[in-house]
Amino acid sequence: MSEIASPVRLPETRPVAATGEGTGVRVLLIGTAITFLALFLVLPLGAVFVQAFAHGVSAYLDAFREPDALSAIRLTLTVAAIAVPFNLVFGVAASWAIAKFEFPGKTFLITLIDLPFSVSPVVSGLIYVLIFGSQGLFGGWLLAHGVQVLFALPGIVLATIFVTFPFVARELIPLMQEQGSSEEEAALTLGASGWHAFRTVTLPNIRWGLLYSVLLCNARAMGEFGAVSVVSGHIRGLTNTMPLHVEILYNEYNFVASFAVASLLAALALVTLVVKSILEWRFSGELAASRRH
Amino acid sequence: MASSPRAGGTERASTAIRVEAVSKTFDTAAVLHDLSLDVRAGELLGLLGPSGSGKTTLLRIIAGLDAPDRGRILFGGDDATGLPVQERAVGFVFQHYALFKHMSVADNIAYGLNARRRADRPAKAEIKRRVGDLLDLIRLSGFGDRYPSQLSGGQRQRVALARALAVEPRVLLLDEPFGALDAQVRKDLRRWLREIHDRTGQTTIFVTHDQDEALELSDRVAVLDKGRLEQVGTPDEVQENPVSATVLKFLGDSVEVEAIAEGGHVSVRGRATPVAAPAGLIGPVKLYVRPWQLQLVEPEAAHLSGVVRSSYRSQGRQRIEVEEAGGHVLAVEDFDGVRYAAGHPVGLRINGGYVFA
Repeated sequence: MSEIASPVRLPETRPVAATGEGTGVRVLLIGTAITFLALFLVLPLGAVFVQAFAHGVSAYLDAFREPDALSAIRLTLTVAAIAVPFNLVFGVAASWAIAKFEFPGKTFLITLIDLPFSVSPVVSGLIYVLIFGSQGLFGGWLLAHGVQVLFALPGIVLATIFVTFPFVARELIPLMQEQGSSEEEAALTLGASGWHAFRTVTLPNIRWGLLYSVLLCNARAMGEFGAVSVVSGHIRGLTNTMPLHVEILYNEYNFVASFAVASLLAALALVTLVVKSILEWRFSGELAASRRH
Repeated sequence: MASSPRAGGTERASTAIRVEAVSKTFDTAAVLHDLSLDVRAGELLGLLGPSGSGKTTLLRIIAGLDAPDRGRILFGGDDATGLPVQERAVGFVFQHYALFKHMSVADNIAYGLNARRRADRPAKAEIKRRVGDLLDLIRLSGFGDRYPSQLSGGQRQRVALARALAVEPRVLLLDEPFGALDAQVRKDLRRWLREIHDRTGQTTIFVTHDQDEALELSDRVAVLDKGRLEQVGTPDEVQENPVSATVLKFLGDSVEVEAIAEGGHVSVRGRATPVAAPAGLIGPVKLYVRPWQLQLVEPEAAHLSGVVRSSYRSQGRQRIEVEEAGGHVLAVEDFDGVRYAAGHPVGLRINGGYVFA
């Protein structure tokens, strides 16, 4: 026992984060990401506005004095005004049924709701041609009774509803499932009617998720091209929505007008993005989507 | 033993709720079998059972949140089986509070009053006054403007109780009301619930899987197992005279001892015990003994013998585990006097116990 332990001097160390990459690697990664974003997102978006204003503000505004352009804008707004509320009601009803009740065929219904996301929009449009076209299932009968579905507003609305079908339901189902039904049950035991409980308890609990999904649903409803293109018939001033109008103008080498209308769609996208980000930042706890991704 | 004041008061009271031969099956599993139970007006009844015994389902059926497959629910003699939950006037308190997150505490409590039709709805000032009274009752005066997320678990559960009481229910139903709370809060809330009950005289049924909770709080305890009602009685009755091994085991620790019943008595290893055998019961039986019914004695006076395996002390008592020759382990409780080392040979005398036909 002759040895006396001498104090060990540890070399001085700087704390290093567990995931500590060198500064070079970090700069490289961030640089790559930013370059990529600039090249594929910011640049095209900028190009839309540059092209739209290529011949000055008055040329830009002229594009909106065109009756066909106005009619396209009106049609797009009309379609969204019908399709979005429809999917809102359906989405809430479906989520309610799926989250709060047990019934046979539930998983099948969930799969069915997702279908429009996995089907090509062109196919979605063709479905309606097959059903309502003059050679289609109901087409002949409907025509005989003077109801025009294809190449008219009803067809466009139907195709849009189909394509935007899953947005609300997909956001609300996980949200409602997580919240369970004990708050509603509490309301019922306190004497509230089902409708009163829905209005005062369920709706406030899902409000931000609902707003979030309606926003995305609306953006898609206004921007949908493929399915609408198949059923619309491209009748100028009658069945052209904004995306279809953009394409027609572009094909006619009318770039300024084409990009002017496109800039409206781009602006809509930007607004959607901003509001969506605000919702995610402010109410992330009350959104199912922000937890799923 | 002086009769408990709680038990006496409700003895002749009328029946508030009658559960009549209720059966319920979920998917393929039967949850309640032909269960009947009377709840007396003004009593605090504990529904006690292990998880999966059907106690919560029974509570939900009484509330009208679930419907029975067979049987009836009567409220004060009237058939309420088909009555929708809104018209049953029950106050339901959920295990996880189920407070309305987006409403203030005051709005939560006032919810039931505000949900009434205009003709039945009290005036705004009256609602405000009642909410104030209830906030006083749950000792949260001044918390009316807060939101549930700003309250502790115990405070939330008190708000949930006030919310249920606000509609002046004919019965208060509590589903594992303290289940989500930690031990100390739980203890305080129990005492407080008992106080509130004594003050309001509200007929109350609460579900719990905690024996101590049920025995401490209840006027009467209903022990459920596998969807059947095993026994109903005062806490003293069910503890002193359990009707089955299931009830006995569920109410506390016990050891099983092989015994022989003959001539009205039970003997172990040829030595008589003070336990009486039910009339007509002859032959080998299982004797159930509580830890405090075993006494450490000299081997010559013992029914059982073995060696000390381990012991620990808690709150003035000593708990000793004794291993018999066959490897059978017995738990014994003794005063914290003599200390026993592991491996020490001991004899055990049986001073009491239970046998079931």
